[in-house]
Formats: sequence, C-alpha cells, structure tokens
Amino acid sequence: MAGRTYPCRPLNHGVRHHAFAGWRFIHSTERGSVLKYVFDYSWLAQYWPVFLKGLTITVELIAVGAVIGIALGILCAWIRSLGPQWLRPPVTLYVELIRNTPFLIQLFFIFFGLPSLGVQMSELQAANLAMIINLGAYSCEIIRAGIQATPRGQFEAGSSLAMSPFETFRHVVLVPSLQRIWPALTSQIIIVMLGSSVVSQIAAEDLTFAANFIQSRTFRAFEAYFVSTAIYLLLAILLRQLLVVTGRLIFPRRSVR
Amino acid sequence: MTEFTLWDIVRNLLLAMRWTVLLSLVSFIGGGLVATLLLFMRIGRGRFLRFVAKYYVELFQGTPLLMQLFLAFFGLGLFGINVPAWLAAGFALILWSAAFLTEIWRGCVESVFKGQWEASASLGMGYVQQMRYVIIPQALKIAIPPTVGFSVQVIKGTALTSIIGFVELSKAGTIVTNATFQPFTVYGLVALFYFALCWPLSKSSQILERKLNVAHRSH
Repeated sequence: MAGRTYPCRPLNHGVRHHAFAGWRFIHSTERGSVLKYVFDYSWLAQYWPVFLKGLTITVELIAVGAVIGIALGILCAWIRSLGPQWLRPPVTLYVELIRNTPFLIQLFFIFFGLPSLGVQMSELQAANLAMIINLGAYSCEIIRAGIQATPRGQFEAGSSLAMSPFETFRHVVLVPSLQRIWPALTSQIIIVMLGSSVVSQIAAEDLTFAANFIQSRTFRAFEAYFVSTAIYLLLAILLRQLLVVTGRLIFPRRSVR
Repeated sequence: MTEFTLWDIVRNLLLAMRWTVLLSLVSFIGGGLVATLLLFMRIGRGRFLRFVAKYYVELFQGTPLLMQLFLAFFGLGLFGINVPAWLAAGFALILWSAAFLTEIWRGCVESVFKGQWEASASLGMGYVQQMRYVIIPQALKIAIPPTVGFSVQVIKGTALTSIIGFVELSKAGTIVTNATFQPFTVYGLVALFYFALCWPLSKSSQILERKLNVAHRSH
C-alpha cells in the first residue's frame, strides 16, 4: 500500500479509532451497564472520496470487461457454431475450463502464475484480463444458444440475397441472436460486475478494496462493508436499467424474432 | 530449505478439498431447505410474505457474495459472539444459495401450465392438495437440471470463503504457494481440482436437461 495516494488524509485525524470501536457501555438496564455495539457512520464524511475512487475503478473494470468480453464471446460463439472445425476443440476447452473454475482462481493464476512464464502485468491489467476472459467464456455459451436458435432458412435467405457469408452472419444471424439473448447477457454482465469484488484480493483498488482500506483505518468493519454493499446494490440496479435501455437502442425493431 | 515434490503439493491440496466439498454440501442442502421455505412464501397467497421473499432474492442477487461473507463475518460478531470463519462462511453461503434456488424453483413452478391449476381446482382440490399432487411433481422434473447446474455455482462460491480465512482448496492453494513459490503449478492444480468437481455436474446438468426435455415434449 505504501506509495499509493489516497484522496483522504492519513492516520491520526483526531477521532480515536481502536479495535473495539463501536462497543460502548450503555447504562440502561436496572442490572447495570451492558456492552452494546453502537453504529457510527461519522467516518463517511472523511472517507467518501475513497469509495468514489473505488467505484470509478469498478465501473471501469466492468465497462472494459463487458465490451471486450462480449466481443470475445461473439468470436468464440461464431467459431463454435459456424467457424472452422479445427478451431472448435480449443475454444470448447477454453469455455468449459473457465465456466467450471472459480473466478478467484482464474485471477490468481493470471496475476501470480503467469509472471513465472514472463508475463508481467499490473493489478488492474490482470483484473481487466481476468474479467474479459471470464465474461468471454460465459457470453460465448449464451450467444451460441442464440445463434443455434436461428432458423436454417435465415442463412439461405441471406445468401440468396447475394450477401457474403460474413454479411449474412453480421446482419441476419448475429443481430437477431443478440436481441434474443439480451436479457440473459444482461444478467451475466451483472453477475460478472458483482464478481469483480474479488479483484481486491490482488490489490486492484476497486470498491471492495476501498471498503477494506476504510475498515483497516477506522475499525468500522461492519459499517464500511454495509455501505459498500449498498453501493454495489445501487450499481447493479443502475447497470440493469442501463443495459435494458441500451438493448432498446441497439435493437429498435421489435418485429425481428 | 525444504524441497516440495509435486506429490506434496497435490496431497495438501486434496486434503483441503475435503473442506470445499463439505462446505458445498452444507451450503447446498441448507440453502435448499431455506429456499423451500422462501419458495412457499414467494408463490403463496400472503401479500406481505410474497413481498419479503421477493426482496430477499433481489437483495442477495444484487450484491456480491464476497460482501455478504464480510457482513456475515463482522455482522454476527455484533451479537457479541466469537465468529469462526466456517460459521460465517456456512451462514452466508446458505442464505446466498437460498436466494438463487428460490428464484430457479419459482421459475419452474410458474412454468407448469396454468390449466393444471384450473383442472385441479375444478376437481375440488385445495391449495395444499394442488401443490402436493399436481404442481410439485411436475415442477420437480423441470427443476432438476437447473438445480444440478446451480450446484456448480455453489462449489465455485465456496472459493470466496478463503478470503475470510476458511481453509479450503483456494486458501490451501495460497498457503502452498507461499511455501513453494510455484504459483503457476499450484494455482493450475487448484483450477484442475475445481474443474474435476464442477465439470461432471455441469455435464450431467446438460444431459439431464436434454433427456427431461424430450420426455416433457412427448406428453
């Protein structure tokens, strides 16, 4: 953590924090004093810029991860359903490997494992790469289901209109497929966004990292995680709305089924 | 310095894998029980209970599992009890899987054809009888593949409990890495072990889906 700049003052800011922060003797019962936990959110006034910074990193991670991850997913879905035969086994292996291992382990493998092969990267690059690879595999399966639900006649109709195979794929197959599976893709993007909270474990400074940082400074663990959980919930709701609106903008014609 | 053979690494990881399996089983079964309760609240007649179950699911699906683990770990401590990692891990994972199972099973119950409800009602069945003899038997069949599929998510979810200090496969991977300085081998093996646990379940979920779907269509 040394050497990193944070948008807040360092330790010793006037308020006494210690490991038993929050526990107070309350003189309320006739039996005498009771040790009770008192919630305290006064640290928010000082530490909210830390949350803000963490939030921007989380948003950046999911924005990059979603755009490149879905592009990778489209490529893999094309290979698995229409692409060259020899490319299919490695792509299937990739998809199955990613879908059946925890994101945390993928992240550790990329960040701690790959440097021994000579691939060095920063925490944020590793986090971005892990999210792209993860979402790529999941969205591949989702998009492939959409492509396979395309009626055979659509391909033939495309080529009978003198479209090249690529044009047919792009206009006739891909866009309606994406429209068909857009709700599933939306859910998956939100799952990946929530899953991104583990990138704090390689010290990528996302929202969860901010919560860890604050609780280590103020000893207000429950409150810090409570606030960050609330921010994640809001972010998930906003992201869902954004994706629903995006879906309406990309696929305006309801007649395409 | 002690030298570690590949067998040393594998042995230690396999020993830790017991805890991954145990925690997965506890979370899945416990989650299933809580989900059954929530399901009846969710599809029942009581408006308030429906509301509670609905927002319970929204809440747990809209927040990261890691945050739920942290809140369980530090939140249970607020009651003045000493919280070991396994307790917080089990508690959070049970509540988390309950939310997802409720949502999966609700979809299954609602996918039972509406005419079945009407037909059973016209035979003079009460709500409990309708559920017991008509709806649940049909919904169960639809529910099996996605439920098996979700068990994979539970196993992958247990990896996060390493962060609050529960020693299972992932935590063992970190510990072994710190001892051997071979992250590539160790995390590769950890990933393979998870794959060995999850892949048979994913595959059987797919196969079950195909089989049960065929049976469903032929009716």
